[in-house]
Amino acid sequence: MTAEAAPAARLEACAAQALEAARAQGADAAKVVLDRGEGRMVGVRLGELETIEHEREQQFSVRAYYGRRSGAAGSTDLSPAAVDRTVAAACAIARRTEEDPAQGLPERDWLAFEHPDLELEHPWDLEPEAATEIALECEAAARADARIVNSEGARLATWSGIHLVANSLGFLGRYPRSQHSLSCCVVAAAGDGAQERDHWWSAACDWRRLEEPAAVGRAAAARAARRLGARPLKSCAAPVLFEAPLACSLLGHFAHAASGPALYRQASFLLGRLDEPLWPRGFRLVERPLEAGGVASAPFDADGVRTRERAVVDDGVLRGWFLGTYAARRLGLEPTGNAGGVRNLALEAAGGELPAAELLKELGRGLWVTELLGQGVNPVTGDYSRGAAGFWVEDGEIAHPVHEITIAGSLPDMYRGVAAVGADRDRRGSMQSGSLLLERMQIAGA
Amino acid sequence: MPDERLSERAAERCLLEPGGLSPASLERALAGAWSRACSYADVYLQRVEREGLSIEDGVVKDASYDLEQGLGVRATAAEKTGFAYSEELGPQQLQAAARAARAVADGSRRARLPARRPERPPPVCGGDNPLRELEMERRIELLRAADRAARAAGPEVRKVTASLAARHEVVLVASTDGVYQADVRPLVRLNVSVIAERGGRREEGSWGGGGRYGYGRLLEAGAAEEFAARAAAEALRNLEAEPAPAGAMTVVLGPGWPGVLLHEAVGHGLEGDAVRKGTSVFAGRLGERVASPGVTVVDHGSIADRRGSLRVDDEGTPTGRTVLIEDGVLRGYLYDRHNARLCGAAPTGNGRRESYAHPVLPRMTNTYMQAGPHAPEEILASVDRGLYAVGFSGGQVDITSGKFVFSMSEAYQIENGRPTRPVKGATLIGDGADALRRIRMVGDDLRLDSGVGTCGKDGQQVPVGVGQPTLRLDGITVGGTRQHDG
Repeated sequence: MTAEAAPAARLEACAAQALEAARAQGADAAKVVLDRGEGRMVGVRLGELETIEHEREQQFSVRAYYGRRSGAAGSTDLSPAAVDRTVAAACAIARRTEEDPAQGLPERDWLAFEHPDLELEHPWDLEPEAATEIALECEAAARADARIVNSEGARLATWSGIHLVANSLGFLGRYPRSQHSLSCCVVAAAGDGAQERDHWWSAACDWRRLEEPAAVGRAAAARAARRLGARPLKSCAAPVLFEAPLACSLLGHFAHAASGPALYRQASFLLGRLDEPLWPRGFRLVERPLEAGGVASAPFDADGVRTRERAVVDDGVLRGWFLGTYAARRLGLEPTGNAGGVRNLALEAAGGELPAAELLKELGRGLWVTELLGQGVNPVTGDYSRGAAGFWVEDGEIAHPVHEITIAGSLPDMYRGVAAVGADRDRRGSMQSGSLLLERMQIAGA
Repeated sequence: MPDERLSERAAERCLLEPGGLSPASLERALAGAWSRACSYADVYLQRVEREGLSIEDGVVKDASYDLEQGLGVRATAAEKTGFAYSEELGPQQLQAAARAARAVADGSRRARLPARRPERPPPVCGGDNPLRELEMERRIELLRAADRAARAAGPEVRKVTASLAARHEVVLVASTDGVYQADVRPLVRLNVSVIAERGGRREEGSWGGGGRYGYGRLLEAGAAEEFAARAAAEALRNLEAEPAPAGAMTVVLGPGWPGVLLHEAVGHGLEGDAVRKGTSVFAGRLGERVASPGVTVVDHGSIADRRGSLRVDDEGTPTGRTVLIEDGVLRGYLYDRHNARLCGAAPTGNGRRESYAHPVLPRMTNTYMQAGPHAPEEILASVDRGLYAVGFSGGQVDITSGKFVFSMSEAYQIENGRPTRPVKGATLIGDGADALRRIRMVGDDLRLDSGVGTCGKDGQQVPVGVGQPTLRLDGITVGGTRQHDG
C-alpha cells in the first residue's frame, strides 16, 4: 500500500465496518460520511513569521434507519472501537425515536454510482519556509503603500483531503479535494489619526490559480486606504451598487430561501413563487456543480445523489429549488443533488455583463457599497436591513467614502430591481456574481 | 457541587487513561515543545460530547449524538506561535504535536522547564452531565410541551420547531507557566421557533435559553412553556409590525440581551490581541473617558451557571471579574497569556479556544453594564418620540473603525413617553468610541440574557453571556425602510 492510497483505503475500511456494524445492530439501512484532510497555515505580521499551524482533521458521521425512524451520530475518532460505539449510538437513537415518512436512503437510481473526475485535488507541496516567503511578499506589497500604518498580517493556508459517502445500497463514492487561500489585512491611517482596516483574499482549488501574492497585498492596501475620510450620509433613497463579493451574499440569501429546509419549515419568502418572474427578464441563475476545478464543485451530494448543471432561474423566472433527499420527500418532489449545499451558483445576464468602470457611470448618483455589517436579513419575509460602508457617487464618479449608514429594502424588490450586472464575477466561493446595480434602496444615516 | 480535585480526576480518567497517557506524559510533551527561545508552551486535551434533539410540529425531526476529542500543543517564542493538534489522544500523537509546535517557535535546543505554581479556583457550575440525565422520551415530552404552548397562542401559529442541545465538555491543560488544571463544562440550550401566518403574511418569532447545568433546571423552571409563549408572541406581534423608521433618533434599549450592544460597541475592541497590535480604536486609551458618567462595564467569567462562565479559561487561568469601564473611564482590557505577556499585563482569564483544533484568543465571557439610578418607566417617559428596542438577533463590529451594528427582532415606536406600535426588525448602527457617550440614562433593572449568545471571531465560535439595564441613547442611526418624519 502506498502512502497516497493509505488514507483512502482506511476511510473505505472504516465505511465498510460502519455499514456492517449497523446491519449487525438490526438497522434496515445506513449511510456514512467520512472526511479526512491535512493542511498547514502560515501567518506573518509586520515582516515576521507569526504562526504556523499544522492541521489534521477527520470526521465520521453515520445515520441508521429502522424503517422510517432514524438516528445520527458522529465522532472524530476513527478507531474501530470508536466506529462501533458511534454506530451503536446512532442505532440506539433510531430505535427510540419516531416514524418520519420522509426519512430513508435515496432511490437507487438517484445515486452517483458512476461519476466524473472533476479535478478537485491539486496538492501544494510547500515547505513552511517557502510558504512564509509567499506570505511575506504579500504583506510587504501591502505595506509598500505609504498610507498603510499597521497590519493584521498575511496568511497562506493550504489543505488537501478526501470526502467519502457510502450507504447500504452499495453506493460508495469518494473524491479528493484541495483548497488553497492567501489573504492579507492591513490598516491605513489619515492625518487626523482615524484608522480604516480592510482586506483582500484569493482562494482556489488549484494553487496555480491563486492571485499573485503582491496583487493580493496591493488590493488589501488600496481597499483600506480608499476608505480614509469616510463620513455618514443624510438619510435618503437612492440606487445602490453592490461590489461583486457582496453581490454574492445576495445570491446566498436567494439560495437559502430556495433551499429545502426553509421551504418545508415555511420559513421562506420564496414559498409558492415557483414559475414566477422574480428577476428581470433575461437573467439566469445557473448552478454548475460539475465544473472542473470549481471551488464548490462536487460529483455527488451529501446523500450520494448525482449533482447536475441546471438553471434555477431562467429568463428571470424561478424554475426550481435546492433539495436534498429528505427535503424533497417532505415536499413531494425529486431531489436536486443539493444535500449539503449549493455549488457554484452563478448569475448571468442575457444582455451581457458590464465592465466595472461602466457600472459607476450607470449608477450615476447613488451609493457604491463595498462592505456590509451585521445579520439583518429575514429569510421568512425577505426584509433586509444591514450596516454598510462604501462610496457616494455623483455623475458616475466617486465623491467621497461613507460609513456608519444602513441600507434597507426587501429582497424580492431588490432582485426584481436589478438594473445591471458587472463582468467582474467573484469565483472564490459557492455563490458567484459580478457587481450588482439595484434601482433603489433606503439609506439611513445621520 | 463537585470539588475541583474531582474534576481533575474525571478529566484524567477520560482524557489521559484511555490512550495510555499520564500527567508525566504531559510533562514530557511540554519539555518536548520547550526550547531556549520559548517563552511559553501548553498542552490542551479536550473531549466534547454533544446531543441534539429537535421536533417540528410535534414530530421528532432529528436526533443526534457526537463525540469530538483531541489534543493541541502550542509553543510561543516572542510573537511567534507554533501550534499543532491531533484527534488521537495517544503518547505518539502528543509527542509529534509537541515537536511540530517547537519547530515553529524556534527550533533551537531543548531547555529545562521553569518551576510550577498551581492555583485552584472553585467551580462555577455543578457537576451535571446532561447527556446522562434525561431519557429520550422525557426530552421529547419537554419539546412537545413547548409545541403545545406555542400553538395555544392562537390559530395563526403555523409551524413550531423546538430543539434541545446539550454538551458536556471536559478539558485538561498543562503549561510551562505551572498550570495543571481541569474543567468540566456542561451546557444546555432550549430553543423554540414559531412561524405565524395571517392573510398571506408570514412572520417568525423565536426564543431560547439555557446555561451550564442539566436539563433538570429547564424542566423545573417551566422553560418549555415560557420560551414557546415568548416565541409565539413575537411571531404574532411581527404580523402587526409596521416598517421601522430610517435615520438618527433616540433609542431606549430594554434590559438583558440588548447588552449585545456592549459586546459589539466596546467589548471586541478591548480584547488583548487587537490592543497589542494597535488595531483597535481603544488601544492605548486606558484612563480616558469613553462613556458617559455612570456607565460601568465588566466582564465576569465566574458567575455561577451562566453560559459564558468558566472555572478556568482554556489556558488554566482562573476566571474572574474584570472592570473594563468604570464610571465612563476606560480601566481594563481582556487578556490571554500570550497577549498579556507581550503587553506586560496580567492575564485576566479570557484565553479561550473553540476546541483543541483552534488556537487560543482573548475572548469575552459574560459582559454586562452595572445598574444605574433610573426606573425603566422613568426612562421611557423621558422620550417624546423614539424607538424602544427590546429584542435583538445579533451584531457585528469593525474594531479598527469602531463601527458596529446590531439587528432588532422586537421594537416599538415611543410616542409621548409610551411604547406604542410594534415596528419591524431593523439594524442599528453606531460608532463604538462614541455610542457609550450617547447614553443619557441608565436603568436600575440590570438583567443578564437568557443564555443564547454565541460569539464568532477568526472563525471560532464560543458561548458568551451579555447583560445590561434599560438604557437611553440619543442620536443612534436606525436602518428602517420608512423615511423618518422628525
